[in-house]
Amino acid sequence: MRNDISAAVEAALAEIAAAPSSSALAALTGSLVGKKSPLGQLKSKLGSVGDIDERKAMGQALNEAMIAVEAAIATKRADSESAEIEAQMAGEGIDLTERLAPSRRGRTHLVTQATQRLEDVFIGLGFQVAEGPEVESDFYNFEALNMPKSHPARSMWDTLFVESSEPGSVVLRTHTSPVQIRVMQEWAPPIYAVMPGRVFRRDTPDATHMPVFHQIEGLVIDRNITFRDLAGTIEAFTKAFFGAEFTSRLRPSYFPFTEPSAEFDIRRANGSWIELGGCGMVHPNVLRAGGLDPEEWSGFAFGFGIDRMAKERHSIDDIREMYTNDLRFLRQFS
Amino acid sequence: MKVLLSWLNEFADFGDDVDTLADEMTALGMPVEETVTAGTKVPGVVVAQVLRTERHPDAEKVHRVYLTTDGSNELHVWCGAFNMTAGDKIPLATLGTKMPDGREILRRGILGIDSEGMCCSAKELDLNDDHGGILILPADLPLGADVFDALGVTTDTVFDLDLTRNRPDCWGHMGVARDLAARLGRPFRADTSGEPSHPLHGLPISIVDDGTCGRFTATVVKNIRVTQSPQWLQDRIARSGMRPINNIVDASNYVMLERNQPTHAYDLRSVESGFRVRFAKAGETFATLDGQMRELHPADIVIANGNDVAVGLGGVMGGLESEVVESTTAIALEVAWFPADTVLESAARHGLRSEASARFERGADPWGLEQAAWRFIEILRLTCPDLEVHGAPQSTQNATCPPPSGDVTLRLAQVERILGVALSARQVAELIEPIGYRCVGEGSAVTVSIPSWRPDSTTEIDVIEEVARHYGYEALGKSVPNSTVHGRLSTVQQRRRAVHSVLIEGGWSEAMPNPFLDPSAAGLAGIDDSSQLALVNPLVAEESVLRVSLRPGLLRAVAYNQSHRVDGIHLYEVGHVYPRGAGALPDEEEMLCVMSVDDTDGELAALRSWSLLVDALGFGAQIDAKSTPGGYHPGRSATLRRGKQVIGAMGEISPVVLKRHGIVGRVSCLEVSLSVVLREEPKPVAARPVSRFPSSDIDLAFVAADTVAAADVHRALKSAAGNLAVGLDLFDVYRGKGVPEGSRSLAYRLRLQAADRTLTDDEVAGVRQKCIAAAEKLGANLR
Repeated sequence: MRNDISAAVEAALAEIAAAPSSSALAALTGSLVGKKSPLGQLKSKLGSVGDIDERKAMGQALNEAMIAVEAAIATKRADSESAEIEAQMAGEGIDLTERLAPSRRGRTHLVTQATQRLEDVFIGLGFQVAEGPEVESDFYNFEALNMPKSHPARSMWDTLFVESSEPGSVVLRTHTSPVQIRVMQEWAPPIYAVMPGRVFRRDTPDATHMPVFHQIEGLVIDRNITFRDLAGTIEAFTKAFFGAEFTSRLRPSYFPFTEPSAEFDIRRANGSWIELGGCGMVHPNVLRAGGLDPEEWSGFAFGFGIDRMAKERHSIDDIREMYTNDLRFLRQFS
Repeated sequence: MKVLLSWLNEFADFGDDVDTLADEMTALGMPVEETVTAGTKVPGVVVAQVLRTERHPDAEKVHRVYLTTDGSNELHVWCGAFNMTAGDKIPLATLGTKMPDGREILRRGILGIDSEGMCCSAKELDLNDDHGGILILPADLPLGADVFDALGVTTDTVFDLDLTRNRPDCWGHMGVARDLAARLGRPFRADTSGEPSHPLHGLPISIVDDGTCGRFTATVVKNIRVTQSPQWLQDRIARSGMRPINNIVDASNYVMLERNQPTHAYDLRSVESGFRVRFAKAGETFATLDGQMRELHPADIVIANGNDVAVGLGGVMGGLESEVVESTTAIALEVAWFPADTVLESAARHGLRSEASARFERGADPWGLEQAAWRFIEILRLTCPDLEVHGAPQSTQNATCPPPSGDVTLRLAQVERILGVALSARQVAELIEPIGYRCVGEGSAVTVSIPSWRPDSTTEIDVIEEVARHYGYEALGKSVPNSTVHGRLSTVQQRRRAVHSVLIEGGWSEAMPNPFLDPSAAGLAGIDDSSQLALVNPLVAEESVLRVSLRPGLLRAVAYNQSHRVDGIHLYEVGHVYPRGAGALPDEEEMLCVMSVDDTDGELAALRSWSLLVDALGFGAQIDAKSTPGGYHPGRSATLRRGKQVIGAMGEISPVVLKRHGIVGRVSCLEVSLSVVLREEPKPVAARPVSRFPSSDIDLAFVAADTVAAADVHRALKSAAGNLAVGLDLFDVYRGKGVPEGSRSLAYRLRLQAADRTLTDDEVAGVRQKCIAAAEKLGANLR
């Protein structure tokens, strides 16, 4: 019997080695270790061995033979499977660049991109965002901003008027400053707000002007707000938006709704200055128009153009280009 | 405003550090836009005399000029200008001269004959803009002398200042110098005065109508002669941007450029009867200095003589008849103060904004009139040393005239509260007294009297601004407020950003069409334009109404892109519309419009954005296919409603509208009021555990007429399946063989699952029956 066992094991190992694939091996397994396999049949004959010691020894030999065959099957299966996967992978290489689908993603307008970037920087500086109507009354656009009727400073803006029952009383806002008054009236101080939006002037379009463009306005009203806070806030914004190597300066200027008024310039690392916008301490008359007591509250305001930010960021020569709505233009900017 | 360094230096010793002075003026609020050097000498240009000129038979455009530079030599020059004759003295650029434009004068031949220099025009020497011919020099200049020295041309620096409208005082050199001297701590000298040399030649003066004039002075000056001003004075006037005319006009302009005070010299013969200042009479006409006959308006200021004949348009321009002429030997000098708004309106009415009117508009100094008159006489005396001043300036004034100074109480605490820097009364005085403000008081408040040349300065905050300017904006320093406010976007703003990101991820790009439209644009797009508002003063007719819908703008953008062969046109806009409202302002509304040029596969691409937006923002609406929104395809569109409220529209744009816009193919569109849906913030959803029990799927295909909306079938099935439904998808729509004409098959997969148990076959069958029954009620029958 011992010989029979050895012969069966040998035959089984030979068959395992010859199995051409993992699936052939799987089909083979029953015939090598199953009940009807030579080893299985020897096992069933074990009972006929009379000598108890001999029977024990044969049982143990059979078990070992079985384990050896199973181990050989497992080893062969692992080898076959990995060879088969290797073979599969070797035969199915592809050019990934052929499979890269073009992006179908659209684009927000450059002005929206610039507005969102500005809003995010101001939010980081502790500002909220306020909005107001684009068609405004004379009161909000001029009168409440310390420009009573026939004030000469009104001619600083070429105003577009909208038909109304009281001629001249409805305008397309010439700046975002009317939102200052609305915010003062609707929110309670302390106010830290920026007001981006569309504004309108009766300007013939050219490379640097559009009759419809965008501004962002900032307003801070609190107790004990000083001119130093204005300068510091402009400086903080400059560094946050343009980069730490930029600095800012204020120089005297004139706006009816602020006093003292200033222009603010940004200095690039190379020393050149960019004129950015206007600012100043909110004029007492403007605080009053907003329903606030100038003896209790003080504040500052600033404003500048958004379109120019986009124009300069992307080196656009002609601002009109941004308003053609040409997808070939829009798609350049992610 | 052009300001000359030499002129500033007459008021204080500023030196010649041009860059520093420019920086200081900028820091004072008089930004220097440009600094240029004028009158730079061109070495090698000498006075030469023309001996004779000759034509050459083979040269048409040039002639030969023979010159001498010492009376005995003879130089030959080719010249392209023909305005000189023998005996004329002209500037000759000798060989080797480097011209201001960079050219070097070389011995250059024409027709084999050399040129020994170049005859120069005034422009070629940068003397002025005259390039009409060769500059003919005064006959008395010595031959061979340097032209610049001989003419007495001065070199100067011209600062071009961008002045703000609150600083009328800076429209004269004196005002700029006063500010700059205070800034730099240099002593400022400006006062001028004079004594009459002859007895008073009285002229009756009366301001007839209040409101025409606040103060009026007249001075009679005799024994003058009209001639040229000295070169240096002409240079100053020319470099300030005006044209030298004669010694009288130049003296007037000189005083104006120096003191921001217009003056006007009349020939004494036309105003011997005196001056009457009044409003114009109805129908009154008058010829101004520029030769124009003007019909006057009853709000125009008229300077009339004693016989009530108009001689000047007050504050704007003098009259032709009373003009100083060659024969003038005596003048009456008017120096007056007119109210800003009256002059502004008068100048605007006549389209006649003169240097004088511009200055009165901004505000002149009513108490500087006499000094201006004396300064005029001082300047005139340079050319008329024997002039006679017949009495000090005679003045008259009325209540329209502002007081010589106004008092303002300045609280030192307020200075600190606004500027963030504590200053003592003495420090404040040191800052603003040098610019003419007078401070009285040592305690917590100072009484400040404001000089009459600062009409912009009337309140405490105005004085604080002056303190800040002279303290220095930069010196005030920087700090950051201690804010208790937290920066954030509002819900509406966050949701608006979500709209943008959903759309761009979905493939749409943002357009920004003009919100101004042609009056016909809405109608062409099939949109009701009855609430459309017009602009009163549009730039062009095509942009003369305010839009009531975003659709016309996007249709134009689609057409534009299509005509430029752009593929994959998917656009959107977030923007306001402005229909007429019940109140004074329009009913402004923020809208979203999404528009796509559709592929031929039948998908309405823009409608895909609806599901994306609903999913991202959690809003909804009834899709009412029964009412066609204007301009849409009647069989392929729906109105978006909340009950009676219309919040938008969706569907395909009407082929009629597309045709009108020249758009090829099909275009789908979605419009939603963001003013409505951004305001709604969905409540946070409470989590429901995912069931651990198995789910069962049922597939149901119904045949339904095209008139039965798939959305209705969907809703009916969902409601019939009740709580057990965890998924319901329309996975196939089929038209064709086996389905009657006018109907289609709608195939749904319904997934059922209970939270607490495995569903039995009976339960599943029960739900199936309920669904079939619910669909049948809508006319959708199981296939």
